[in-house]
Amino acid sequence: MSLLSVKDVNKRFGGLQALDKVNLEVEAGTVHAIIGPNGAGKSTLLNCFIGRLDPDTGSVTFDGKSLLGLPPHEINQAGVSRVFQTPEIFADLTLLRNVMLPAFAKRDGSFSLNAWPLVDRQADIRDAAMHQLEDVGLAEKAEHIAGQLSRGDKRRLELAMCLVQQPKLLLLDEPTAGMARADTNNTIDLMKKIADRGMTMVVIEHDMHVVFSLANKISVLAQGTVIVEDLPENIKGNPRVQEAYLGGAHL
Amino acid sequence: MGNQAMNKSDLILLGAFVLVVLFAPQLFAPIGAGYPDLLQKFAIYGIFALGFNILFGLTGYLSFGHAAFLGVGSYSAVWCFKLLSMNPLPALVFAILFGGLFAAAIGFISLRRTGIYFSILTLAFAQMSYNLAYSVLTPITNGETGLQLAQSDPRLIDMMFGRDYGAVLPPSDLFGIEMTGYSGYYFCAVLLIVCFFLSLRIFRSPFGLMLRGLKSNQNRMAYTGLNIRPYALSAFIISGMYAGLAGGLLAITDPLAGAERMQWTASGEVVLMTILGGAGTLLGPVIGATFIKYFENIFSAFNDGILNQVFDFLPDTAREIMVSISSLFVGEGWNLTLGALFMLIVIFLPGGLIEGVKRIRTSVGKLFRGGGGDGKSPKSAPAE
Repeated sequence: MSLLSVKDVNKRFGGLQALDKVNLEVEAGTVHAIIGPNGAGKSTLLNCFIGRLDPDTGSVTFDGKSLLGLPPHEINQAGVSRVFQTPEIFADLTLLRNVMLPAFAKRDGSFSLNAWPLVDRQADIRDAAMHQLEDVGLAEKAEHIAGQLSRGDKRRLELAMCLVQQPKLLLLDEPTAGMARADTNNTIDLMKKIADRGMTMVVIEHDMHVVFSLANKISVLAQGTVIVEDLPENIKGNPRVQEAYLGGAHL
Repeated sequence: MGNQAMNKSDLILLGAFVLVVLFAPQLFAPIGAGYPDLLQKFAIYGIFALGFNILFGLTGYLSFGHAAFLGVGSYSAVWCFKLLSMNPLPALVFAILFGGLFAAAIGFISLRRTGIYFSILTLAFAQMSYNLAYSVLTPITNGETGLQLAQSDPRLIDMMFGRDYGAVLPPSDLFGIEMTGYSGYYFCAVLLIVCFFLSLRIFRSPFGLMLRGLKSNQNRMAYTGLNIRPYALSAFIISGMYAGLAGGLLAITDPLAGAERMQWTASGEVVLMTILGGAGTLLGPVIGATFIKYFENIFSAFNDGILNQVFDFLPDTAREIMVSISSLFVGEGWNLTLGALFMLIVIFLPGGLIEGVKRIRTSVGKLFRGGGGDGKSPKSAPAE
């Protein structure tokens, strides 16, 4: 059974049909990439997964439960973590605090008036956060202020913040956008490491080279519809994909 | 979980704070502030600012209406005196309770918005409370005259215990200890210490971490599975309870309550205190409150006679010019000095007086670089 199931999703903005009967099945333990040229509807689709937009028709089911109409914090508590195009971190807190905070959210739920205990004495949370920072290679910067990190390190931190919650599904929105080449490669390596542990991921990308070595399955979105869904090796040579990306010119 | 002991630097901070508060009459004597009426003000407005800082310093929500809760605290305390007892303890319970309830109601609505809209909403609610206290709520607030004690007050609990104050209007007393003079100060001082300790615990708690997260990145908070509104509302209510307590103490040390306590200038004052001292720092608000109340006391006491003495050494014309210029900044015009000071602080020391102290400390540290190993870990440096 698939973990995330998107059925016949339509979304219209005024005269623009942003999503046109999109269907998608994401199997547990796989990496599913959604690629497509700019304006294909990738971000709209992602926003429908995470409660930012409600589709006009259709359903989004995660782990047997509909995600439609749920506020973001409930979607997260259900087991979906999200990485943003521009890393969303707590810029004026230390890295350790950045990772401890999601760990608290996982342990104590969406609200808890936990005002008496001391953060520094919560050994379980602290250890989990430290371990997660080691995992992404930021342990030695644990006491640095997050806002001073490089773009690539911010992305690593954001991944650590998601992973410490042990999500069932990780959504990544153009995880390498705006990064230098070296940072891009490091980030891809890190994502591969995470995928190899069996994490289910949905990656949105417009650069297909990024997801090529990562994805188990690729859906190509163009003008609001999935035009092709196939294994990565079959995607590149597909004429419809070339047409969508290059407007009909042959590679 | 398990060991809940606070770390060493926090214990030192708390210990030092307790000592300064308890020995304030001696410590402030050399600068002419070692008398209970003024020290009481330091403590009460310190509590007010500490609470305000839990909201503004941690979550970043800037409320311009906290004086409303101060006023509500005062009214509740005076009503408690009138109806139940002159003992300050029930009065405080009521002041905190009503401060919290009012904050819950106003916060519930205001927190639907953030940023400037939130500030405007809180300001509007506070001004509404102020105007209501002057008009339709006169039966409760006694309008312009202010709510006062009267001989005919029932004081049910006091009656039950057969206490009769006779023909005089009694001061509030804690089981026979009158809340005036030094006993009044020490009553406020103990509460200030308790409030400081609670604020320290909140700052260091997971709840406090969430509030900081709220200030830092609300989007990330939501996508981290945290429900933003109850966190912001809790912080708002806690700070309302602190304000209610402060208002209650104002009534305990001087049993009357007037609507001017709720005016927007009073709300603005606590914002100034917090920013002047250092928003988001533990000590800053108390330092800011002390600083402002101290200089208010000094500057507002100045008049032309004193100024003439100060500039006595100048020739007559120069003296008159100096006196007429500087008299704008003292007495009634003290707010002008405060405004100028506030501008200087915000421009040159955005972190408030606490940041000033830190800068001095680091530059002194650079001067004596030889003795670098003073055992200060980098973590203890930010005086959060």
